[in-house]
Amino acid sequence: MSEQNRDPAVPEKIVTDETEQSKEKPFGHFTRRTFIAQLGAAGIAATATPSLAAAATQEAAAPSAREETIAVTLSINGKKQTLNVEPRVTLLDCLRERLNLTGTKKGCDHGQCGACTVHINGRRVNSCLTFAAMHEGDEITTIEGIGQPGNLHPMQAAFVEHDGYQCGYCTSGQIMSAVAVLKEPWGPEDKDVREAMSGNICRCGAYPNIVAAVHQVRGNSQKSS
Amino acid sequence: MADDMMVLDPEAQQEKQPKVGETKTASVLFGIPQLGLTHVDRQVPVDEPPPLPENSALKYVGHPTVRYDGVQKVSGRGKYTADVHLPGMLYAYMLGADVPHGRILSVDTSAAERYPGVKAVYVIEHDYGGIAELRDPKAETPSRYPVVRYAGQPIAAVAATSQAVAEDAAKLIQVKYDPMPFVVERGDARQADAPLVFPGPADAAGSAGGGGGPKDVPQTGNVHGPEKKTKGDPEAGFKEADVIVEGEYFTQVQTHSALETHGVVADWKPDELTIYASTQGTASVRDEFAEVFKLPKSKVRVITEFMGGGFGAKFGAGNEGVVAANLSRKAGAPVRLMLDRRQEHIVSNRPDSHQKLRIGAKRDGTLTAIELISYGTAGVGTGAGTAGPATNLYKCANIRTEENDVFVNAGPGAAFRAPGHPQGCFAFEQTIDDLAVKLNMDPLDLREKIDESPARKVERQIIREKTNWRDRKAAGADTGPVKRGMGIAQSVWYRFVDMDSSCEVRVAKDGSVEVLSAVQDIGGGTKTILAQVVAEEFGIPPHNVQVRVGDTRYPIGPNSGGSVTAGSITPAIRNTAWQAKQKFLQAVAAPLGTTADNLELRDGNVAWKDGSRSVSLRSAAAKMPTSEISARTTRVPDYEKAKLTYGGVDYVELAVDTETGRVHLEKVFGVHDCGRPINPTGVISQVHGGILQGISYALFEQRVMDRQKGYMLNANLESYKIVGAREVPEIEVELIENYIGQSSTDAAGIGESAGIITLAAAIGNAFYNATGVRMRSIPMTPSNVLAALGKTSGEMTV
Repeated sequence: MSEQNRDPAVPEKIVTDETEQSKEKPFGHFTRRTFIAQLGAAGIAATATPSLAAAATQEAAAPSAREETIAVTLSINGKKQTLNVEPRVTLLDCLRERLNLTGTKKGCDHGQCGACTVHINGRRVNSCLTFAAMHEGDEITTIEGIGQPGNLHPMQAAFVEHDGYQCGYCTSGQIMSAVAVLKEPWGPEDKDVREAMSGNICRCGAYPNIVAAVHQVRGNSQKSS
Repeated sequence: MADDMMVLDPEAQQEKQPKVGETKTASVLFGIPQLGLTHVDRQVPVDEPPPLPENSALKYVGHPTVRYDGVQKVSGRGKYTADVHLPGMLYAYMLGADVPHGRILSVDTSAAERYPGVKAVYVIEHDYGGIAELRDPKAETPSRYPVVRYAGQPIAAVAATSQAVAEDAAKLIQVKYDPMPFVVERGDARQADAPLVFPGPADAAGSAGGGGGPKDVPQTGNVHGPEKKTKGDPEAGFKEADVIVEGEYFTQVQTHSALETHGVVADWKPDELTIYASTQGTASVRDEFAEVFKLPKSKVRVITEFMGGGFGAKFGAGNEGVVAANLSRKAGAPVRLMLDRRQEHIVSNRPDSHQKLRIGAKRDGTLTAIELISYGTAGVGTGAGTAGPATNLYKCANIRTEENDVFVNAGPGAAFRAPGHPQGCFAFEQTIDDLAVKLNMDPLDLREKIDESPARKVERQIIREKTNWRDRKAAGADTGPVKRGMGIAQSVWYRFVDMDSSCEVRVAKDGSVEVLSAVQDIGGGTKTILAQVVAEEFGIPPHNVQVRVGDTRYPIGPNSGGSVTAGSITPAIRNTAWQAKQKFLQAVAAPLGTTADNLELRDGNVAWKDGSRSVSLRSAAAKMPTSEISARTTRVPDYEKAKLTYGGVDYVELAVDTETGRVHLEKVFGVHDCGRPINPTGVISQVHGGILQGISYALFEQRVMDRQKGYMLNANLESYKIVGAREVPEIEVELIENYIGQSSTDAAGIGESAGIITLAAAIGNAFYNATGVRMRSIPMTPSNVLAALGKTSGEMTV
C-alpha cells in the first residue's frame, strides 16, 4: 500500500516555520459574524444552500472568486504550518486533504457523529464544524499527535487492551473525546463516562469496551494525580 | 444473505466444489463441552492436517488475542478507502434525483463542465444500485437514462480538483423530469389505486452478501409475491392443535449507517484498473468491475486494507464505483468518490415488515402448525422476506409461509446483518411467548420442549443459572408507574461456506512468516484470527505473523456476508500453514541432521519431538536451500454434508416508565455459539455490537419518509437516532464451544447470530412481562409505547 502513504497532492505552499507567515492576519480571531462579513459575496456564495448555488449559475460560468485563498498558519501537533486555504475549507478537510493527517475521520460532516473530533487549545471540537481559517494561533491536536505506535498515549493503549473498536473508523474520534474527558469535570460513575462519551457514535457497538478503557485510564490518572 | 443462500442446498453447494481425491479416516472432536465431548470418524482429504483438540489444549487458537491491527487503529494509521490519496487524485460527487418518480427528459451538464476545476462529468445510463429490473423491459418506453424511482437516485457525477468544487459543479447540472405519481409507504403502496413503482413485474438480484428476493413469483400492482412455501399439512396441524395463538407485528426500515460511507478510489490506467473500495468483498468488487467494463479479472485490482463498516450493504461495484471508474477513465486521473451521509442513508436499508403469525400447539407445547404471512418493503428492490426464524428455529411438521415484497419509491433494501431475521424473530419469538402464556408455561421451558438445538439447550441452561430469571414475576405485576420485566429470545443462523477461500503462507530464510489472502477485515477481526491460526502451526506469537489481506493480487478470498468469513477462510489458512510447515521441516531436516518426522515447531523453535534438542526457527530457516518456502491452498469442502445452524439466547431486563413511555434497558445477558471460537475477544466484541444494534433497532432507529414530497426526512445521524454510549445497559456475553467436525478449524462467524436477531423480540417479551401489554411495533419510542399502553389516543406509527 505504498501508494497510499505517498504525500497527497501537496498544497501550493506549506511552510513549516514562521518566516513566511503573513504579516497581516486577516482571519486571526473572529466571531461568526465578523467571519461572514469578511467573507463577502464570494464567501456567501461558496457556503450557500443548494438553491442559492443553483441561482448563481451565471456567476459560475466565469471563473469566480471562489478559488481565492487566504494564508493561515496552523499549529498542529506542535508544528506550525502555513498554507493557503479557501475560506470555506473546514478544519477537517484541511487536516485530511491538505496535510495528510487522515487519522481524523469524516463520518457525517455535520457534527452529528464525532468521528472528526480533535482538540483545539485542549478542548474537544468537531473539526467538521469549524473552518481552518478560524484557527490562526490555536493549538490543534489530532490523533497523530496524541501518541504513536511504540509511544502510545495511555488511552490509546487502553483501547487496544479492551478491544475498544471493531472497524476502527470512529476510534480516533472516540480516543480524542476520551482524552479530553480526562480533564473535564465529570463524575466518577459509569453513567458519567457514558454521558461524557455520548457525542461519539460507534455503529459497530464497541461502547462497553470503550467505556471500560476510559474508566481504566481515568482511574489510573486519578491515582497518579 | 438471505433468501438465495437460505435455500442453499448443501448438496448443490458441494457439487460446485472440486472433487476430493484420496481420503483418509480422521477421528475429529465433536460436541459441546457442557454436554460432553466425543470424537467422530470423518473421511477427510489425505493431506488434511491432523484434527485440532479443544481450545483449552491449544496455545493461540481459542485464546483471547489482542486485535492484530489495534495499534494502527488507535493511532490513526489505518488507511481506509476515504483516506486514500493518490497523486493527482480528483474528488467526485454524485447528483441525486430530486423527484421520487419520473422520467428524465434531458441532462444538461454544460455549466458543470465549464466550472473551474472540473475535470470530468459523467451521466449515468445504467443503474448498479440494486433497483429491480422489469422482467419485460418493453413494459416501459425506452430511455437513454434510467427511470427515476426514488428521490436521491444517482443521475450524474462530477470529478474536480476538490470536493467542494465537485459538489458546487454537480449542482449546476440541469435535469429536466417528467414527474410521475409516487408512493413511499408500504400500506399506501398495497392499495388497488396506488401509483405503480414499476409498470410490470420486476425483480432484483441479490449481492454477494445476499438480499434480493425471489424471481418466479407473481406481481400484482406493487406487490411482488407471494413467495409461498409449505411443509407438511398446515390445515391439519391447526386442526390438531389444542391452542392457537395469533399475532400481528410491524417493524420499520433501518439504515445501515456504517461510519465510513460507501465509496471507492478508482484509478483507471491503460494496463490496469485499481479500485480502493470500502467493501465487504474484494472478490465481488473485482468481478463486477470486470463484468461492467469488460476487462479481464486479471486487470482489475481491488484493495481494502481497512474498512469502516458495512453490515451487509457493501458488495460489488455499486453506482458510486462504476461512476468513479468512468470519471477516472475520462479525466485520466484517479478519482475518489465517497457518498455523503445523506446519500448513505438512501443507498441501502433493512426492509420493513408487516407480519401476521398463527401458531398451533398441543397442551404440552408441541408445535402442530405455523403460518406466517408477511409484507415488507425493500423500496425499489426486493428481499423483505421474514420467514427464516418461523421456518428454522423450532421443530414443527406443518409450516406455511407467504412472503411479499411491496415496491415503494424509496431507496433499495440490501442485505443487512441477518437479513429478514430481526424482523421475523420480533414477530415469531413474541408469538412463541404468547403461546407460553396461553399454555401457562415458563417461556424457557416451552423452548426446551420445541427446540432441538443442543447448543441453545446449553445456552438456556446458562441463562437459568446466571441471570435473575428465577425471580421473574407475573406479567404486569409491578404496581408503580415504572414497571420492570425480563424476557428472552432465541436466534438461528446457518452455516454457509464460501469455497472461494484461498491463501498463501510464506516462510522466508530469516524465519519470518507471512500469510496472504484477498479476504478483507471489515471489523470482525479477520486479520487477527488468520494470525492466530498460522501462529498455532508455527509455534510463534500471532503478532509475529505478517498478515496481508484485502488485495486481489493475493489468492482470492471469501466475501464477508452471512457470517461466512471465519468458517470459510480459517480452514484454508490452517491447511496452508500446515503444508508450508511440512515443506519447511523437510527442507531443514537434512541440514539439521535428522528427518522431518522427528521435528516440530514449538515456542519459536524447531524442536526434536523427543525433547532432545531445539534450535530457533530463525537459525533453522537460515539452512533453507531456497530463500522462500511457500504453500497455497483453497478451501476443501466440509467433511460431511449437513444443514447446520448456529444461534444464541439473549436475556433482557428492562424498566418501562408508563408515564413517559420510555423504555430503559438495564441488563442484557447473551449466550452464543459459533463453532470453535478462534478469538473469543473479537467474537464477544461482535456480540456486543449485535446486541447494541438490536437495541438501537428496537428502541430508536426509523427511516421517516415524507409522503407529500417523497424524500427521506431524517437522512442524517441526528434525527435518525442510533444508540449511543449513554443508552448502553450492562451487557454480559458468554460463548459456548460447539465442535461440529466439519473442517480443520471448525470455526464459524458470529456477525448474524450476534444479538441483532433476538434483541427486539427479547425486549418485546420483557416489555410484556413488565406491563402485561404486547408491543406490536418497533421502534419502541415514547409515543409508540404510550399508544400501546392506551395512554394516548394517537395511533402507533407503523
